[in-house]
Amino acid sequence: MTEENLIPKIGVVTDIRKDTPDVKTFRVVGTDGKKLFEHLPGQCAMVSVPGEGECMFSITSSPTNREFMEFSIKKCGCVTEVIHGLEEGQMITVRGPYGRNFPVEGDFRGKDLLFIAGGIGLAPLRSVINYVRDNRKNYGKVVVVYGARSKDDLVDIEEIRTQWVNEPDFEVYLTIDRPQEGWDGHVGFVPAYVKELGLDPNMTAVLCGPPIMIKFTLAGLLELGFKKERVYTTLELRMKCGIGKCGRCNVGNKFVCKDGPVFRMDELDELPDEY
Amino acid sequence: MIKINRTDLDRFFISISEKMPLFLPVKKAGEVNFGRYEEGTEVSLDVLKTVKSAKDFFFPQSETMMKFKKDGKNLEIVDVREEKEPFVLFGVRACDYASFAILDKVFLQEPVDTFYKSRRDAAVIFTLACGRPEESCFCKVFNIDAADPQGDVTCFLTAESLYLRANTEKGASVLSLYNKGENTDGKEVEEQQKKTREIMERLPFANLDLGKFKEENLKELFASSEWQSLSEACLGCGTCTFVCPTCQCFDIREFKTRQGVVRFRCWDSCMYSDFTQMAGANPRTTQLQRFRQRFMHKLVYFPSQYGGTFSCVGCGRCVTKCPQHLNIVKVIKKLGGNND
Repeated sequence: MTEENLIPKIGVVTDIRKDTPDVKTFRVVGTDGKKLFEHLPGQCAMVSVPGEGECMFSITSSPTNREFMEFSIKKCGCVTEVIHGLEEGQMITVRGPYGRNFPVEGDFRGKDLLFIAGGIGLAPLRSVINYVRDNRKNYGKVVVVYGARSKDDLVDIEEIRTQWVNEPDFEVYLTIDRPQEGWDGHVGFVPAYVKELGLDPNMTAVLCGPPIMIKFTLAGLLELGFKKERVYTTLELRMKCGIGKCGRCNVGNKFVCKDGPVFRMDELDELPDEY
Repeated sequence: MIKINRTDLDRFFISISEKMPLFLPVKKAGEVNFGRYEEGTEVSLDVLKTVKSAKDFFFPQSETMMKFKKDGKNLEIVDVREEKEPFVLFGVRACDYASFAILDKVFLQEPVDTFYKSRRDAAVIFTLACGRPEESCFCKVFNIDAADPQGDVTCFLTAESLYLRANTEKGASVLSLYNKGENTDGKEVEEQQKKTREIMERLPFANLDLGKFKEENLKELFASSEWQSLSEACLGCGTCTFVCPTCQCFDIREFKTRQGVVRFRCWDSCMYSDFTQMAGANPRTTQLQRFRQRFMHKLVYFPSQYGGTFSCVGCGRCVTKCPQHLNIVKVIKKLGGNND
């Protein structure tokens, strides 16, 4: 029988890291101990605990990681609840990679890059940011603005604090929504912080986070003089097949699983507002 | 072209069904649907449309995709796909046959859906030209010729006889299973075709104008205020999607058994409220949005994705089956600026 895209591969969960009270990062390899498949930053995979459901998640690890894949998953529904109950050594299924990636070898090359993330929105961006770090000479200055509800909700904070901040020509700005004991950094919502920072509008921006954050941050960026053609984001809709056939995740004439999840803001302007 | 007397049809069907499964329109419990031929089956070739379309043969209402065996933390995938035996699908009308080309665009596009393809490859299709198109038919709008459908073999039914014309080698080899057919020039068929085409011209929906349904009008059509009145009466029952030969949205679900987990796919409907439901959000919370999705998909999104082909073949099943008398014709008229 020929290969069937909808039949997944078996993955083994080799490490589980609790990032925040409701986010865990799962390290996955194949049964042979090797990486399941290659992907590009921004692409997704269908992860399943058979019997409990299958969902699409962005691949959080960078393609430059040759050993394993990571998925940062927030507990927010039936399937993610089961995934959060997984133990190390447990087998799951994975299929992919799916969707259009960030143009790391296209429009991003040689550009100054601005990454803006809210909460679990860091998950898809972490893949690009680490790709850029591993191919540092191909990109200009990097600015990361990352916010969460509280300091406990910042995903991957260890990697950010110990590695990202030490990169050359790499600025990291963290913020939390409300003042909190033990936090001496910035306090306030991401959109307001972005405006305060007075960022250079010639940078290429990538936004990822809750829809409300994206809406207000985009408005702020446009005010600062950013062009929609240089602002990227990712969409998320319910998916079943991942290959543009089940008919579920369309916004107008685009399927998020196949034509996305990465979209430029000017591309989204062409679509009906139904996402 | 060969000719078989109606009185000999059972013998013809038997000669095929002895070699491979034969499916054709069968009357059962008062309804005509495609069913397997066995001796004594009440074959119903004079009924124009089966209640359900023929899409089940390639895209079944429900099919097992794979199984999983679980043992503690271990997991094993069991590939349940198998080679499909050849079968004959007899009596497919022009509209349903045209729907296969539309389904092909979705399922045979890379990455190819092997579940669909294996059935498609196994089928020998006998189409059946329409003799008396009905009021609800509008295949002509989509440039489908009800009087001369293609397929492996094209059949024409008259008051006395069935005429068969092989179009492919595959079709000819199945036809050769029956050696009592009489060779004919098919004059009678030509006359009938002429009549059918005349009827098609006169049907009430024959001249629907699809000119407005273009990608460049996508946002304008989406934002039309007409959707409110068009969708108001929609119950969200999904009947239209289930009888539609081109609706291909599916769900992938699972159930647990004592031996493990079975993952299957089944038809789904964009008319249902949980179709797009996610853990935290749903982009389509009203029936207006879901109704709009269905018709925008058929008339604008699908053509823009697949080289201009509309995802409708004008079979008219939704016209006759919707309990609220809503249908694609009304949408085309209202949004396409057609005068009623």
